[in-house]
Amino acid sequence: MAPERIVIVGAGQAGGRAAEALRNTGFKGEVLLLGEEAHEPYERPALSKGVLLGEEPAARTLIHPRAWYAAQKIDLRTGTRVEAIAPVSQTVLTAQGERIEYSRLLLCTGSRVRPLVGANEALRGVHYLRTIGDSERLSAELRPGRRIVIIGGGFIGLEVASSAARRGLSVRVVERQGALLDRALPAEIAAHVESLHRSQGVQLHLGVSVARIHGSEAVQGVELADGTNLEADLVVVGIGIIPNTELAEAAGAVSSDGIVVDEYCRTSVANIYAAGDATNHYNLLLDRRIRLESWQNAQNQAVAAARNMSGNAKPYAEIPWFWSDQLGRNIQMVGMAEPGLEIIWRGEPGAGRCMAFGLREGRVRLAVAFDLGGEIRHARRLIESQAPVTERRLTDLQSKLKDLVPDKAARPLAA
Amino acid sequence: MSWHEVPEAQALGEEEAIGVVVGGQQIALCRSGGTVHAIGGVCTHQHALLSEGYVEDGCIECPLHQGRFDLKTGAPLGPPVTEGVRVYRMRSENGKSYVELPD
Repeated sequence: MAPERIVIVGAGQAGGRAAEALRNTGFKGEVLLLGEEAHEPYERPALSKGVLLGEEPAARTLIHPRAWYAAQKIDLRTGTRVEAIAPVSQTVLTAQGERIEYSRLLLCTGSRVRPLVGANEALRGVHYLRTIGDSERLSAELRPGRRIVIIGGGFIGLEVASSAARRGLSVRVVERQGALLDRALPAEIAAHVESLHRSQGVQLHLGVSVARIHGSEAVQGVELADGTNLEADLVVVGIGIIPNTELAEAAGAVSSDGIVVDEYCRTSVANIYAAGDATNHYNLLLDRRIRLESWQNAQNQAVAAARNMSGNAKPYAEIPWFWSDQLGRNIQMVGMAEPGLEIIWRGEPGAGRCMAFGLREGRVRLAVAFDLGGEIRHARRLIESQAPVTERRLTDLQSKLKDLVPDKAARPLAA
Repeated sequence: MSWHEVPEAQALGEEEAIGVVVGGQQIALCRSGGTVHAIGGVCTHQHALLSEGYVEDGCIECPLHQGRFDLKTGAPLGPPVTEGVRVYRMRSENGKSYVELPD
């Protein structure tokens, strides 16, 4: 009998962590890790923070050096794009024309940047941010005194704004919605992120969309829908990502805002699993389907998929957790924003170290920590336990958050 | 190697951590299971002070990305951390605590 072979398509953070986890769980068969990019698997968070600030070399984002893969008997093939999957013969076809058989297949195809419709991307000075190459190119352009217009007031846009402001550029952010971080945070909490940016000189244009980007060879400015013209030497478009589902769909896998997987990371096609940004998974803790664009999910869902593929079945369910670093502040959130949450602050809102809680029917659904990352674990347990809390106890700085968690036994399902 | 007094260790509660700078070294003092451990204070993944993290069951969790380290050995306990932190010897004498550092 031929040895078992697990093929992983996509050598980003999810693919890399899955390969690692296969070996950690004792999988003895062949592991092939196929990636389109030239780099070994890397983490993306620093690309909009440390790398863009010029403080952290891009090589620091690599999960492991190349030699590690060989030592682990992981056949890492970068520069290898998979064009198609034949689910009946259990084969993938690469762009180079090679056919590779698999016993089980893991799709970690990730996501790509959402293009701005009508934007002339051929103009010099127009950037998107997704890869190491994108980050290094943009970083080289962040020179003091230049004017940068960032389209999109989500986490990527605001982190780019932060990095650019710290490097001495004149920074404007244009956001179509009336508030920053509209998808991620309740407006009352996002307002404090807005104040932070305004206080550091970032100019915000909220509730207005972009009409067009001006320029002939190089970008000259951004025209807003209200007729305002913003002069610019650089434009960064950060308006979200699109999950890469096409390969899975062509193989017959069900997809709906991401490749649909169950809590065991299985797609609708036999022996094909998926993990990371590209997926839409059923989450037991939230009792609903979600698609996440996060470091946590890229890592932990991939580890869970690897475990499940090597015969150690355990459902994947975590309370979503996310962090951002902006203008010297660390912002962490756990849980999910939903309409109608009652917002309660612990500590003075927006000033120094503080937390905001989003409650529904007296139970915590969302927590946001400003420079208080150490409290996130307790907040997560509060959310997991769904224990009733009172405003008086949440706001009482004399009592520890830790003591509001009913029982230490209320551990995360998967940690 | 030489011993340096760390008075901060005395008042440390169970499952608490505090960051100290001794002899130019950033160190995290952590009490778990009644014992105070001294480990390198900066996470090996990205720059964060471990003393602001979370101590439990003989481990410390980084506040930034939740990487975990064993307090006794400094060993990393899974992704995202792959590299351990340094561990320093501690001793108590006449009600005072000391950490051992290279000269």
